[in-house]
Amino acid sequence: MDYFDILVSILGSTIRLSIPLLFTALAGLFSERAGIFDIGLEGKMLAAAFASACLAYVTGNPWLGLLGGIAVSIIFSLIHGFASITNRGNQIVSGVALNFVAAGLTIVLGQAWFSQGGRTPQLAGDARFSPITLPGVDLMRDVPYLGPLYVNVISGNNILTYLAFAAVPLSWWVLFRTRFGLRLRAVGENPGAVDTAGISVTFLRYRAVIVAGFLCGFSGAYLSIAQSAAFIKDMSAGKGYIALAALIFAKWKPVPVMFACLLFGFLDAFANFMQGKAVPGIGEVPVQIFQALPYVLTCILLAGFIGIAHPPKAGGVPYTKER
Amino acid sequence: MSTASVPLPNWITYGLMPLLNLLVAFLISGLVVWWIGENPVEALKLLIEGALGRGDAIGFTLFYTTSFIFTGLSVAVAFHAGLFNIGAEGQAYIGGLGAALVALTLDRYVPWYVTMPFAVIGAAIFGAAWAFIPAWLQAKRGSHVVITTIMFNFIGAALMVYLLVNVFIVPGKMAPETRTFLPGGQLPKLDWLMAWFGLKLGPAPFNVSFLIALVMCFLVWLLIWRSKLGYEMRTLGISPSAAVYAGIPYARTVIIAMLISGGLAGMMALNPVMGASARLQVEFVGGAGFVGIAVSLMGRSHPVGIILAALLFGILYQGGADLSFEMPNITREMIVVIQGLVILFAGALEYMFRPTMVHLYQRFKRA
Repeated sequence: MDYFDILVSILGSTIRLSIPLLFTALAGLFSERAGIFDIGLEGKMLAAAFASACLAYVTGNPWLGLLGGIAVSIIFSLIHGFASITNRGNQIVSGVALNFVAAGLTIVLGQAWFSQGGRTPQLAGDARFSPITLPGVDLMRDVPYLGPLYVNVISGNNILTYLAFAAVPLSWWVLFRTRFGLRLRAVGENPGAVDTAGISVTFLRYRAVIVAGFLCGFSGAYLSIAQSAAFIKDMSAGKGYIALAALIFAKWKPVPVMFACLLFGFLDAFANFMQGKAVPGIGEVPVQIFQALPYVLTCILLAGFIGIAHPPKAGGVPYTKER
Repeated sequence: MSTASVPLPNWITYGLMPLLNLLVAFLISGLVVWWIGENPVEALKLLIEGALGRGDAIGFTLFYTTSFIFTGLSVAVAFHAGLFNIGAEGQAYIGGLGAALVALTLDRYVPWYVTMPFAVIGAAIFGAAWAFIPAWLQAKRGSHVVITTIMFNFIGAALMVYLLVNVFIVPGKMAPETRTFLPGGQLPKLDWLMAWFGLKLGPAPFNVSFLIALVMCFLVWLLIWRSKLGYEMRTLGISPSAAVYAGIPYARTVIIAMLISGGLAGMMALNPVMGASARLQVEFVGGAGFVGIAVSLMGRSHPVGIILAALLFGILYQGGADLSFEMPNITREMIVVIQGLVILFAGALEYMFRPTMVHLYQRFKRA
C-alpha cells in the first residue's frame, strides 16, 4: 500500500471517529455559552445511543431510533436544567450524577429487556443509517488523488455525518447571527444584564440545555445505529469527555470546534493505524501516547501556553434574581 | 418570598434533609427495580442479607467501605477549600504505583509492619503528585480544576496501562499486572477484629488499611476544624475574595489542599493493592474515586458523615454483587444507578426540599 492510500484510509476513519465528537462538542457549545457547564455530555450520549438502538430495533426504522435518542437525551438535559437552573444546584455535581445514572441504567435496562449482557440485539440492515454513495463516484474514481479522496472520504458516509458538518455553520449562524444566539451568549457572560433587559434568564438557559440535549441525541444515535449496529455497554467510552476537551481546545467557537474534533478524531484514527507498527528509528510507539494526547493538549492549552481560552464568564454560576 | 435566607435548625439541615434526599434516591431506584419486573422490597431484603448476613459478607462490605472512606475524605478536603476534585480516581490509580513500588522493593527484606509506613507515604506522594499539576494550573494559570482533573484521570489511565503492559508485566505471563507481593509487602487481614464480634472473616479481604482509614478520618478532622491551615482552607472555600483580603495566600492554599486531597486518594490504593490482590492490576480502582464524590456529598464533607456514607456504599456494593446472583435480572450496574441518583439528590438537588421544609417548620413553630 503506498502512502497516499494509507492517508486516504486514515482520513476516512478520521471522519467516522470525529462525528460523535462533533455533535457532542456542539451540544456543549450551546450549553456552556449559556453559562451551564455540562459534564453530563458523556451520559446523554450514552443514554441516547441506548434509546436509539432500542427504538430502531423495535420499529426497524432508524429515524424513529434517532427520535428516541433525541427524546431521552433531552429528558436528561431537562433534569440537568431542573437541578442547575431551577434549584441552583452545583452544575458539575449534577452532570457527574447524570453520567452515572446513564452508565448504570443503560446496562440494567438492556440486560432486563434483552438478556444479552447489556447489549441490544443486532440491527438489520435497513434499521440503521447506511452509507450513502454521492453522485459522480464512478466518474471520479479514476481521477488521480482527488478521486480516491472523493470516493473514500467525502462519499460513502451516512446521513448523520453530513448533518454533523451542516450543523457547524448552522450553529455558528444561530449563535452569532440570530437574536436568540445573541441573548444566549449574553446570558452566559452577564445574566444580570439579560434579566435587566426584561428577558427570562431561566427560559433562555432551559432552551440552551434543550438544544444541547437535541444534539447529543444525534451523537448517541450515530454511535449505536450508524457506526455500529447495536448498543454495546459503555460504548461512549469517554468520547463525551474528549468532546468537552475539544470544546475547550476550540475556545468555545463553532468552526474551531469542528477542527478540534477532526484533530482528535485524526489522533484516534492514527493510533488505530499505528497499533503494532514500528516507526523507523524510534521503534513501536505505545498506543497509549495517542490515547492520552487529546487530554494532554487540552491541559497545555488550559495552562495558557497555546493562546488563552476564555470560558464564558458566568459559566457554572447559578443565577439568583435580586429581590 | 424567598426562603433561602430563612435559618433552619441543624437537625433539619444535617439530619432530616439528607435523609429525605437519600430516601427519594432510593425510592426512584426501587421504581427502576419494579420497572424491570422485580420486587423492590424483596431485592432490598436480599441486598441487606448479602451485605450483612454473614461474617465474610460483612468483611467484603467493610473492605469496600475502607476504599470509599479514603476517596470520600479526598473529595471532602478539596471541597472545604472550594475545589471540586473529580480526579480521585486517577490519583488513586497512580497512588497504587507508589504503593506497589514500595512493596516490590521491600517485601523480600522486611516484615509487613516495616513496609506499611513506607507504602502509606509512597501511595500518598504518588497520589499527591498526580494532583499537583491540576492544582498548580488552578492556582497559577486559572485553569478550572474540574476539567484538568478529568483530563488527568484519562492521562493516568493511559500511563498505568502502558507501565503495566510494558514495564511491570511478569515475563512470560499474559495478564498486565506486577508479580505477587511476598507477605512482607501485604497488609494482613483483620481476622482478630472480626473475632471480637464472634464473626469469621473467611475469604473476605478486610485488612489493616481500614484502621489507617480511621486514623485519616481523625487527622482530617484535626486538619479542617482544629488547625490554622484548615481554617484558611475553609475560608477560601466559602469566599475566595474574603480569604485573599484577609491575607490568606490563594495559590499556596489551593495547592496544599489539592496535594492533601490527592494524597488521601492515593492511600486508597493500599486497600485493594496491598490488602487484597497483593499485586498491581489494571483498573484496580474500579470507580471508587467517583464513589468518593457521592460519599463526600452525602457525608456533608465531615469525617463522621463520610464513614457512615462509605458504610452505606460498602453495603450497596457488596449487597449489590450478591443480589445480582440471586436476581440475575438485576445486574451489578444497578449500584451505579443508585450511586448516580444519590449524587443527584444529595448533591445537585440538595436544596430541592428546602422551601417546603421552611414552610413546614414555620407553621410548626407557630403552632
